[in-house]
Amino acid sequence: MNATMMTRPDPVPALSTPAVAVEIEGVNLSYGDHHVLKNVDLAIRPGEFFAFLGPSGCGKTTLLRLIAGFNQADSGRVTIGGKDISSLPPWKRDVGMVFQSYALWPHMTVRRNVAFGLEERGVKRAEIERRVEVALGLVGLAHLGERRPSQLSGGQQQRVAVARTVAVEPKVLLLDEPLSNLDAKMRVQVRRELRDLQQRLGLTTIFVTHDQEEANTICDRIAVMNDGIIQQVGTPMELYERPANLFVASFLGTANILAGRLEGAGDQRVFAIEGGLRLPVPAGASVREGAKLVFRPQHAGLTAAGGTGGELSLPGLVVHREFLGASVRYGVAVGGTEVSVDLPFHSGEGLFEVGAEVAITLPRTALSWL
Amino acid sequence: MTAIPTPAAPPRTRRRLSATPGQIALALAIAAFLAMFLVLPVATVIYVAFTEKGTSTFTLVNFYDFVRSELFMRSLWNSFYVSAMSVVWASVFALPLAYLTTRFAFRGAAVVQTLGFLPLIMPPFVGAVAMQLFFGRNGSVNLLLDEYLGFKIDFMEGLNGVIFVQSVHYFPFILINLSAALRNIDRAMEEAAQNLGCSGFRLFRRIVFPLAMPGYLAGASLVFVKVFDDLATPLLLNVKDMLAPQAYLRVTSIGIADPMGYVISVVLIVASVIAMWLSARALKGRDYATTQRGGGGLAQRRMTTGEAIFGYGIVILILALVLAPHLGLLLLSFATIWSFSPLPDAYTVAHYGRVFGESSVYIKNTLIYATIAGGIDVVLGVAIAYLVLRTKLVGREWLDWMATAALAIPGVVLGIGYLRTFYGITLPDGTPLAALWITIVMALAIRRLPYALRACYAALQQISVSLEEAAENLGATKSRTVRRVVVPLMAGGILAGFVTSFSTAAVELSATLMLVQSNSDAPLAYGLYVFMQSAAGRGPGAALGVVAVLLVAACTFLSQYIIERSQKAKGMGH
Repeated sequence: MNATMMTRPDPVPALSTPAVAVEIEGVNLSYGDHHVLKNVDLAIRPGEFFAFLGPSGCGKTTLLRLIAGFNQADSGRVTIGGKDISSLPPWKRDVGMVFQSYALWPHMTVRRNVAFGLEERGVKRAEIERRVEVALGLVGLAHLGERRPSQLSGGQQQRVAVARTVAVEPKVLLLDEPLSNLDAKMRVQVRRELRDLQQRLGLTTIFVTHDQEEANTICDRIAVMNDGIIQQVGTPMELYERPANLFVASFLGTANILAGRLEGAGDQRVFAIEGGLRLPVPAGASVREGAKLVFRPQHAGLTAAGGTGGELSLPGLVVHREFLGASVRYGVAVGGTEVSVDLPFHSGEGLFEVGAEVAITLPRTALSWL
Repeated sequence: MTAIPTPAAPPRTRRRLSATPGQIALALAIAAFLAMFLVLPVATVIYVAFTEKGTSTFTLVNFYDFVRSELFMRSLWNSFYVSAMSVVWASVFALPLAYLTTRFAFRGAAVVQTLGFLPLIMPPFVGAVAMQLFFGRNGSVNLLLDEYLGFKIDFMEGLNGVIFVQSVHYFPFILINLSAALRNIDRAMEEAAQNLGCSGFRLFRRIVFPLAMPGYLAGASLVFVKVFDDLATPLLLNVKDMLAPQAYLRVTSIGIADPMGYVISVVLIVASVIAMWLSARALKGRDYATTQRGGGGLAQRRMTTGEAIFGYGIVILILALVLAPHLGLLLLSFATIWSFSPLPDAYTVAHYGRVFGESSVYIKNTLIYATIAGGIDVVLGVAIAYLVLRTKLVGREWLDWMATAALAIPGVVLGIGYLRTFYGITLPDGTPLAALWITIVMALAIRRLPYALRACYAALQQISVSLEEAAENLGATKSRTVRRVVVPLMAGGILAGFVTSFSTAAVELSATLMLVQSNSDAPLAYGLYVFMQSAAGRGPGAALGVVAVLLVAACTFLSQYIIERSQKAKGMGH
């Protein structure tokens, strides 16, 4: 097992370039009839670790490849550090990309792979050697320079790919699902290493993933994408706490979504849930016509039926119970739909049985209408 | 999108515990057949080369004689030179075509793909005659050159002619292998280089070509070996100072007792083995085109107008070269007299009349021989593939290695080995085994076995073991499972293997040339060779050549059709 980057002291001064902003303005891209990116606007701050997060086919990789120059926008532009790079070919953009498959050239040793970009830039031999050492040192692989990629583990290959990219001191680092080919344990380790490396280099970094946990744990901000449209941009906590729409609410974590109808006016507003139940709408809550009620399973509580719950409560029947370790997830039939409620598990505490009549208690702050 | 079928290679530990008596008997029968018709003849050749004439004393004196002979050393050098230059020229034809079709959205790509198959359906010695008509000293091209520009080019003089004919004939081997390798390169490999600042020709030189190298080497070594071993083309072009023709001439003119033919045979085998070993070594651990997934093949881009003109120029030039032998052959088959003129003087169908009349025995023999040889090949192919892939029989790989080793044995060597070995074995009435037509069939079967075996292998690998296990689970014995499940599922592959064996056996000449004892036993390729020896025979010879080309073309088309259809039926099409 190799020492990780965290424990390895910095042998020589790290590679670094001043951090720059990346701006994407009004970008549209189509493949034939398929409109892949729809009027995308984004401003990524200098030195930020930024994620494009979304399901497969949402356009996140297309957008990343557009920044790298492998896709051409039909309209709009991309600027890096204020300079428009939209019309530059990939080899003149100076953005480093780590590919999902790593794309290490099998006919070259690790050292030759890492030196490649520097050679292409006409850097002097001695300087190339120095920077290759620095880059390999950064990822803790200085001792494996003479190996071929096929002689490395998946995690090591991934680090070589990173070293190869940062060796050229790119203005921006692009990571295309860099963890997807690693096993679960390596993934956790490597993502921490990536975060540390990014912090040390202060490099503006864009990370593409479909895994919300990955994005949440290492990124400063996330752009949630779906169907070629940026759904919401924010810190992981903002997105979780205040999702802008139903897609974001359901894509990040689990959400209960209940359809219904707004009745009454002023302080007397009531949300009539399909199936006959009615829930008073807290004063000041904004509810637009056709909106659905959204709340997280862990923000709700359960009490025995008839017990004194919070101000807002919904009667229901326990239909499922799943033990998740730290918590217990109940499936509660409410009107015509099933709602999930997570309760923390404390050893020795009684659980609700399947078939029990219960009341779901809902704090006002937990509710939103999207 | 459908899933790409992955060759099922389940861990061997999961396999049945041991072989059944039937399987052992089958393996022994195959081993005996291969020993009789492959190992024994080749061993005989090697034995004779290393023993003193007439005795069984070990000696190296024959090789010493070989090295001391100026003619043989020149022949060795010429064979090497012609093979190497054929690789060079075949590369010159193949490289631009492979690059154009894989890197650009190029309308001519389909033409180039077809073009890749065209030369292969004509035996090179058939093309040689037609090429002489176009490119010879008094061929169409030189007549026109002389008339308008006042000079001639020696395309077809001596070794040049052999190189020219062979490179036009064999360049598809490089084209096909190199194109496949280029297509299999992960696009991310190229993009990673672009991302790091590399583009244009540097990108090709540093990343793309090195990654396609395994495919190129595979094709190039194949061309080298084929040219090195070829007997008929130099003979027809009247080039005698090359190794294969020397071996043939020694044995046919001096006799089967003369050791030099055997020495040359050993040299031919060694050269083949070395070329194959070198290419295998170069490929070892480097077959990396498909090792990394994701991204798909190389990006194709549109051509600029200039590039398009250049691209089509190259394609048309090469297409003309490739079509020249076919066109020449066709014209010759209908020509009354064609000499010292760019085109024939007048046309006739009389040659075809003769071919289908008095000479129809050649066609009949060919159909019989190639059918039996193809049949033997698929039976052996299925049996060996089954034994290797589906049983734990000890030494089963040896069957595969033995059968595949036939690739390294030049036809002329096999022919010499058969002559020597089977002349000593006589039937009760005194006829030597070597004089029977069935010997020709055996030689054809052995020569084509590696190809049929690979087809059967591929077919069996695509069948999941669980399909057989399901049959056994429901009460079918192993042999019934093979008959009712395995063979029907392999049918497409078996048929494709048969057609390949059949069509290539139909135009094989190197081994046949040694073994044909009388005209009545001769197959088409031999007849063609005999016709082409005389000026008067060129017309009927060309007609016979056209028949051969049509036969092979029909078979090639049929085998493609069968493979595609059976893949579609199994849901494996793309």
